[in-house]
Amino acid sequence: MSRLFVARNPRVAARCLDGEMMIMSGRDSTLFTLNRTATILWQAADGTTPLDEIVESKICPEFDVEPAEALQDAETLARELASHEILQISEEPIPSRSAVAGESR
Amino acid sequence: MPELTTEVERLSLVIEIGGMPVRVNTTDPGFLAMLERRYSGFWGSSEKAELEFDVELVQPGFVQHGFIQPGFGDPDAGVRVTHRRGRWSLTRGDFRADWEPAARKGWIRQSANPYSIDVVLRIVHSLVLAGQGGFLLHSASALRNGKAFLFAGVSGAGKTTISRLAPPDVTLLTDEISYVRKHDDGYVAFGTPFTGELAKLGENVSAPVAALYLLAQGPENRIDPVAPGDAARSLLANVLFFAEDEELVQAEFHSAFEFVSRVPVSRLTFVPDARVWELIR
Repeated sequence: MSRLFVARNPRVAARCLDGEMMIMSGRDSTLFTLNRTATILWQAADGTTPLDEIVESKICPEFDVEPAEALQDAETLARELASHEILQISEEPIPSRSAVAGESR
Repeated sequence: MPELTTEVERLSLVIEIGGMPVRVNTTDPGFLAMLERRYSGFWGSSEKAELEFDVELVQPGFVQHGFIQPGFGDPDAGVRVTHRRGRWSLTRGDFRADWEPAARKGWIRQSANPYSIDVVLRIVHSLVLAGQGGFLLHSASALRNGKAFLFAGVSGAGKTTISRLAPPDVTLLTDEISYVRKHDDGYVAFGTPFTGELAKLGENVSAPVAALYLLAQGPENRIDPVAPGDAARSLLANVLFFAEDEELVQAEFHSAFEFVSRVPVSRLTFVPDARVWELIR
């Protein structure tokens, strides 16, 4: 089974305020507020760490869920975020030049 | 031998909003007089204009393929603001404008009405402010005791009502579009000629922003705190921004967060009578 890599889309702006992650699309100014799981995924999405490792090291300890179930949910979430152009997903590592430019806290 | 060309007199008016003087040139005395009336109180000095727009007046028409065609223009057609190779293009059903920031020069094609140029000015100011950490906000604003207060809300939330209820010691900056400029560690609000239902120009004065109130009408007058995330969301929902430009969208996004980190944001619930102003000092 192939591994999935996720990276933050540098074409969005992001801010974390009081633990709440907000992201705005640079393309159409749509504003998104991420839930806790999506925030963890976003913050860990460096383009080089595979999704299954992110799930195992960041999501499972936080939510006390089975790795297989958590990975399935995380993949669904990652694809949804990618459909909104918040995340980039690939079966290959995503070059670091795509690292997020817009985030600050 | 008769002269082949006739020199046309160029007429100018400098419109200074938010401390930014913009010179508008026209060859039509009637249009100039219309602008002078429309922007009364916001005239600036012609020596220090930061931007200059030449207005070419055309018969009322509609924009098609970038050109104004004869016929009836639809001012409600969507605004498009795009940037390419150092030039901004601003279009709506009733005007076309181009602006080159580096040259500080722009051109507007519209019919002889005060509304089209008003929209162009709003857009140009919003673009300039976006690059400087400020913004135009869909809100009323007023000055009291040397401090500026902003009252944001969607149509019907009470911007015009609270403006109308202001006591005599309050100076109205606008009942519709607030002009917010970043200044040192804070923000300054300026009066604008951009009017709403009240149809009354704001005073051309400015003051440091002391608070942003999110308006709601209710059974009593009260001020409640707003969580930072909600404050940022509400502010972003009310910022006027037209450009299809990723860099400026990101700048505007971060400006909103900077603002809510420096300016208190609260929810102001009020009954529509003058007592609400007892809470605002």
